[in-house]
Amino acid sequence: MSNKNKYIIRFTPLNRTLHFFMIISFIILALTGMSLKFSYTNWAKVLSAIFGGYESAGYLHRFAAIIMIIVFTTHIVNLFILKHKEFGSWKKMLFGYNSMLFNKKDIHDFRDSLKWFLGRGERPEYGRWTYWEKFDYFAVFWGMFVISSTGLTLWFPEFFTKFIPGWILNVTTIIHSDEALLAVGFIFTVHFFNTHLRPEKFPMDIVIFSGRIPLEEFKLDRPDEYKKLVGNGTLETYLSDQYPANVIKLMKIFGWCALLTGFSIVLLIIYAMLFSYR
Amino acid sequence: MIKKKKVNLKSIFSLIFFLNIILLAQSNEDCFDCHNDKTLEGTISGKTFSAYVNQNSFNNSVHTKLNCVDCHEDIDLDEHPDETPAEKVNCGSCHKVENDAFYEGIHGKAVVRNDPLAPTCVFCHGNHYIKPPSNLQSETAPLQIPSLCGRCHREGTKVQLQRRIPKDRILENYSLSIHGDGLLKKGLIVSATCVSCHSSHKILPPENPNSTIARNNISKTCSVCHADIETVHRKIIKGKLWEKQAHVLPVCVDCHQPHKIRNTFYEQGMANKDCLKCHSKKNIVASNDGRSLYVDFVKIEGSKHNKIACSQCHTEVNASKVRACQTIKNKVDCSSCHSEIGDNYNKSIHGKLFAEKNENAPTCKECHGQHNVLGRKNPKSNTFPTNIPTLCARCHRTGEKAANRYTGTETNIIEHYIQSIHGKGLMKSGLTVTATCTDCHTAHLELPHEDPESSINQKNIANTCGSCHYGIEEQFNKSIHSQLVNKTDKKLPVCNDCHSAHTIKRTDNSGFKLEIMSQCGNCHKKIAETYFDTYHGKVSQLGYTKTAKCYDCHGSHDILKVTDPISHLSRGNITRTCQKCHPSATRKFAGYFTHATHHDPEKYPFLFWTFWGMTGLLIFTFLFFGIHTLLWLPRSLKWRKVLKQKLGNNTQDKNEQ
Repeated sequence: MSNKNKYIIRFTPLNRTLHFFMIISFIILALTGMSLKFSYTNWAKVLSAIFGGYESAGYLHRFAAIIMIIVFTTHIVNLFILKHKEFGSWKKMLFGYNSMLFNKKDIHDFRDSLKWFLGRGERPEYGRWTYWEKFDYFAVFWGMFVISSTGLTLWFPEFFTKFIPGWILNVTTIIHSDEALLAVGFIFTVHFFNTHLRPEKFPMDIVIFSGRIPLEEFKLDRPDEYKKLVGNGTLETYLSDQYPANVIKLMKIFGWCALLTGFSIVLLIIYAMLFSYR
Repeated sequence: MIKKKKVNLKSIFSLIFFLNIILLAQSNEDCFDCHNDKTLEGTISGKTFSAYVNQNSFNNSVHTKLNCVDCHEDIDLDEHPDETPAEKVNCGSCHKVENDAFYEGIHGKAVVRNDPLAPTCVFCHGNHYIKPPSNLQSETAPLQIPSLCGRCHREGTKVQLQRRIPKDRILENYSLSIHGDGLLKKGLIVSATCVSCHSSHKILPPENPNSTIARNNISKTCSVCHADIETVHRKIIKGKLWEKQAHVLPVCVDCHQPHKIRNTFYEQGMANKDCLKCHSKKNIVASNDGRSLYVDFVKIEGSKHNKIACSQCHTEVNASKVRACQTIKNKVDCSSCHSEIGDNYNKSIHGKLFAEKNENAPTCKECHGQHNVLGRKNPKSNTFPTNIPTLCARCHRTGEKAANRYTGTETNIIEHYIQSIHGKGLMKSGLTVTATCTDCHTAHLELPHEDPESSINQKNIANTCGSCHYGIEEQFNKSIHSQLVNKTDKKLPVCNDCHSAHTIKRTDNSGFKLEIMSQCGNCHKKIAETYFDTYHGKVSQLGYTKTAKCYDCHGSHDILKVTDPISHLSRGNITRTCQKCHPSATRKFAGYFTHATHHDPEKYPFLFWTFWGMTGLLIFTFLFFGIHTLLWLPRSLKWRKVLKQKLGNNTQDKNEQ
C-alpha cells in the first residue's frame, strides 16, 4: 500500500501551539509556585534565587499565568469557531464522535481496559480520544478554572476584599496551592506515564509536537478511529508526511527538557514532603 | 535732742542739780543714770536710735576703765541732753596706729568717700561692749573673724554684688580650705583667718604694692606662719630667691590658691629633678628583677600629668634620704586622686581579679599607660574612642587571655564588633560618639551580665543603650516587653535579645530584617511557625525583605498587646497598619489571617477542612491513577512486543529517517 510509510495527522497546528505554550507556562508556574509553597526547603531558596529572587519569580509567575489564561481563552474561542464552522450545533460537537465529553464507549473502554489489565480480555479498540485522555483534558480544564480564579484573588487581594472577607484569602491560598500540587503531581506523573512512559511509547511520544503518528501504529493504537476513518472515507484527508529529521530532533530536545524538568519538580516535591514537611 | 518718753520729774531735777554743781567731774554713773534706761531714744538728723547703754556689759568691756566722755569728748555737758547731738566717736584719738592704718586701707577710704556700705570701727568691733580678741566671745576673736568678714564678703551681700570684689565664694572656699578647716573644724585659733593674710585694718587690694597680699609681699605674709617654707619648696624656690625676685618666681598663691589652700598629698620637698638624677639614665634597672627604671621625662611633659610631681604618684618618698625613693613600699595608687574611679575598678571584674592576685588582671596602667597618660580626648591616647576596641582587644580578642577565660556565649567579640554597626561607625566613619566597648560595659565598672549592678545586666541594658538611643528606650519602656509594664515572671527581651550584643546590624540591612523573625520566634514559637505558613512568612523565608515581618505589623520597640487600643493591631489601627504596604486595604482586607494554620480545626475550621478536602482529592486522584498505571504497566510491556512484531519494518524505517 502506498500509505505504508504515511503519517496520520492527529493534532491541528493550533492544538500543538497551544500545548507548546501550555508546557512553557505550566513549567514556569510550577517552578516559581513551588519555590514559594516549599519555601522552607533549601532547594526552594536556590530556585527562587535562580529566578532572580522572590520578587522577579513572582512577576514571572504572573506572566506565565497570563500566557496560560490566553491559552485557555484561545482554546475556548476555538471551540466556538469549530462549532460554527465544522459542526453547526453544540449537540453535534459535544455528542459527536470527536467530542471530549465522556460517553458510553468510554465506560465500556474503561471496563474492558481493566479486564485487559487483569488478563481477562483483549486490548479495547480505543477511538479518537481514550477515557484517560478525556480525564486529562478535564483535569486541566477544571484545574485551570480553580487555580486561575483563586490565583486572581491572591494577585489582587485589595480588590477582592472589597467584596469578600479577608479570611477567604487564607482559603483560596490553600486551594490554589494544593490544586497546583495536584496538577503538577498529576501532569508530571500520570499524564507523563499515560502518554510518554508507558512501554509502547517509551521514552516519549512527540505526537503533540509533530501532530503526526505513523499510520501503521495508528491502526493498532486506535483501531476504532481507523475503522471509522476508513468507513467514511476520510482517511486520505488526514494523511501526511513526517517532518524533516532535524525538526523532529528539535521537538525531541524540547520534549526531553520538559520531561526532565517535570520529573525534577516531582522529585523536589517528594523530597520536601518526606524530609521537611510542615 | 534727747528726751524721755515717760517723764521722770525726779530724775530731771536731780540731773539738773548735778550738772550745775559738778560741772567738770561728770562720772559714768551720771551718764548711766539716764543711759541705763532701755527706753531712752535719741534722734540724729531725723533718725531715731536707742540711746540705751547696758551698764553691766560696758563694765565687762575693754573700755571699762574709761569715762564715757573720754570717747564722747564732744558732748557739751551744759547743753546735753537738750541741744548738742553727739558727734561720732573718734577711736583714733587713742588708737592712732590702727586708725591711720584703717584710713590707708580700702575700708577707710570707703568711709571717707561716704560709701554707705563702708565698715567703720564700730561695724567690726562694736561700741560700748568691745571685748579683746583673746576673748572667745569677741567679734574679733579668730574663730569669729570669718563670720565677721563674711557679713559683707559672702555671696549675695551688697558688697559682693555692688563693689568690685575679684574673688567669689570667698567664705565658702575659705571654710573648705586647710586654714578654714583648721580653724572652724579643728578649733585651731592659730590657724590663718581673713585678717592673718589681709591684715586687720590696712586692708589693701593685691594690686597695691603695700598690700599684705601683693605679689611681692605674699610670701612674707605666708611665712609669718609658714616659717622656713622655702626648704620644702625646692622645686620652685631656691633659698631666698623666692622673696627677692618674686616677679619671676611663682608665689604661694600661684600654686596654693587663695581661699582654697588645700592639703597636698605628695611628699613635700621632693622635686622631679631629684628623681631624674637617677631615672633619666637610660641604663638604670631595678636591682631585684632587672626591669628598666628609665623614665622618659619628655613623655611626662606631653602627658595629662605634666603638672603632677613624681612624688605625687610615687608617694612614701623621703626627701631627707639620698635615694628618696628607698622608702617606697607600695606601687603607685592612682585612686589616691581618682578615688571614685578606683572604687569602681575595685568592684569591677578587672579589680576583683586583681584582688585575687590573678596575673592577667589589668590594672590602671594596662589601659592608661604609666608616665605617658594622655586622657581620653587625645587621639593618640589608648582610651580615645577609636582606639578603645584595639585596647580591649589586647585581652579580649579570640585566643587572648581574657577571651580564653570567658565562658559565656559570645564569640569573636572584637571581630564581630568591628563588623557591627557600632564598629563600622567608629572605625570606618570615624564617629567618635559611636558606642565603643566602654560605652556599654563602662570604663571602670565592667561586670559580668549576671551581676545586678552590671551595665549589661538584663535589668539595666535598656538604660545602657538608652543613654545614646534615648527615644528608643522611651518607646521600649512603654511596650509590652518592658519590665516596667509587663509584670511577668517569664524572661522579657531587652535590646540585645533582638539586636545581639556585638554583631549589631543596621536595621535596614536585609540580614537583620530576616534574622529578627527567628529572634521573635525564640519566645513566640507557635505564632512564628504559623506566620511561616502564610504568604508573608513563606516569602520572607525566601529572603524577600519587603514583605511584612513581625515588626512591620506589631511595631518594633513600641509593641503592645493587640488588645491595647493604641497597639498597631488594635481594632481601630489594624487597617492603617495593613495600608502601610497595601494602600487600598479595607477593614475586610485586614480580616486576612496572618498567622493562620490549617492544622488547627478549632481555631481555623475553614482552613482545616479546605486543606483536608484538597488533600483528599489529591490522595484519591493519585491512588486511582496509581493503581490504574500499575495494572497497565505489565500489559503495556506485552503490547510493546506485539507492536514491535507487527510494525517491525516500519520501526526500522522510522529509525532510518
